[in-house]
Amino acid sequence: MSLHDAFADALISPDLPCPDGLFSSNGADPASRFAVYRNNVHSSLINALVSAYPVTFQLVGEAFFRAMAGLFVQACPPASPLISEYGSAFAAFIQDFEPAASVPYLADVARLERLRVRAYHAADTPPMNQQAVLEALQGQTDLGALRLQLHPSLATLNSAYAVVAVWAAHQTEGTLASLNPWHPQGALVLRQGLAVKVFAIDAGSVAFINSLNHGTALEMAVTHALEASAEFDLHQCLTVLISHDAITHLHLEEKVSP
Amino acid sequence: MMTLSPQHSVSPAQVPGLPYRAGLGLKNEHFNEVLETSPDIGFFEVHAENYMVAGGPFHHYLGLIREQYPLSLHGVGLSIGGEGPLNREHLARLATLIERYQPHSFSEHLAWSSHGPVFLNDLLPLAYDTATLNRVCEHIDQVQSTLRRPMLLENPSTYVQFERSTIDETDFIGEVIRRTGCGLLLDVNNVYVSCINHQRDPLAYIDALPLRAVGEIHLAGFAEDTDSLGDRLLIDDHGAPIDNAVWQLYEQVLARTGPVATLIERDNQVPAFSVLLAEAQHAQSHLTQVTP
Repeated sequence: MSLHDAFADALISPDLPCPDGLFSSNGADPASRFAVYRNNVHSSLINALVSAYPVTFQLVGEAFFRAMAGLFVQACPPASPLISEYGSAFAAFIQDFEPAASVPYLADVARLERLRVRAYHAADTPPMNQQAVLEALQGQTDLGALRLQLHPSLATLNSAYAVVAVWAAHQTEGTLASLNPWHPQGALVLRQGLAVKVFAIDAGSVAFINSLNHGTALEMAVTHALEASAEFDLHQCLTVLISHDAITHLHLEEKVSP
Repeated sequence: MMTLSPQHSVSPAQVPGLPYRAGLGLKNEHFNEVLETSPDIGFFEVHAENYMVAGGPFHHYLGLIREQYPLSLHGVGLSIGGEGPLNREHLARLATLIERYQPHSFSEHLAWSSHGPVFLNDLLPLAYDTATLNRVCEHIDQVQSTLRRPMLLENPSTYVQFERSTIDETDFIGEVIRRTGCGLLLDVNNVYVSCINHQRDPLAYIDALPLRAVGEIHLAGFAEDTDSLGDRLLIDDHGAPIDNAVWQLYEQVLARTGPVATLIERDNQVPAFSVLLAEAQHAQSHLTQVTP
């Protein structure tokens, strides 16, 4: 076992003793000084999660969140120096974290917050001009074959809970009395300009947008959407995408001449 | 007659070094205020890893601020003292950032932060022996040849010492600088913190360093704790105003080096921009005094 093997293991696992081979010039117990490093590692990573998951934090309170995040840090320490990416497995950890079971929507709120962080840092692909999108759609004779390329910040989430309503209720200091989290809700996250936005969308819109993101042409994407929800409203969904600069390219499927 | 420098030489980049002025760490909570008020400040410094993202507000604001100010790029995740090889992917990301923002300086730490597949998110201490010295020098050579510019290496703040160490920290740093041609980022707060923690004289520590190589100075605040004997244990937390003892040491450093680009670092409990600006102005007044 190398010096750094032992040091790193003892940093991550608070139950391990201070590694051998350390000393303090004043003769103090090196463990009392090694503790500074251990605390730096754990508290900086827990703080990174606190910043990235503010509503998840509010839902369970500081003590619970820090304890849960601390266990996550031990189980899944970062694999990259890019701390903005740290926590992509946090929602899955929360899902299986027994003590959080009394807040069943907690993992989905964490998933939504992760999508917000991703959207914030996503690439700056320029959107199509809204008028140009409308004109292209209106002038199109074979609308069903059209493929829409969406902004890299854009992502969706399907939840068995009203994940957007729960998240939105924690963005203002209003009363939460009317909040009913016990119904399914889809979420759309995107960045328009510099601002990350969150919308509640139906399951049909989630299926539609996911199909578009997989390169499916419009007609087939609508079919998928209607399979997911008979109430899918194409006009309304396209309006949300166009008005929030979510469309970056329109491609017409190559047709083979008869 | 023109001579072409070899491709992998560490010849200085096209941009000049940092101005001999006071600068501030750029915090995202201050992006707008900086752009709206254009404060009179010598340069800004950013942590490279925060900008290793594809797009969005961080790049938007840094691009605008870079148009107005010199920039120092400060890495915190390269793990130059790591036992394994440098992360080539990370080094490539640094090269991309340097290409994009043309910073006036790039610096990293005499520390390790990655081990195997794990990134530990702290600047961890090294055992100073020949094996570590060779490894650190190889890594710095690799950084400088990949980035095609000299880097500055920051002296660490440490809380423990290793029985395995056979070289004094200042001798170790001096030898790395001599072998690799890198510069020194002299963190005066780190000197103070380490010297209190290890019962050394801070000024003697500074005098044992190759001060001609100093390309930048860092000043920051520390937190105070006690060890098992109840002795002062200083923690480099960048979460407080700069201590008077550190300001005094800074003055003594400047008397030896003359004016050097000086950064005020604050990464935790970040106060209003005006508070940081006042600290930078205080550093600036020290710099002005030693400017001929």
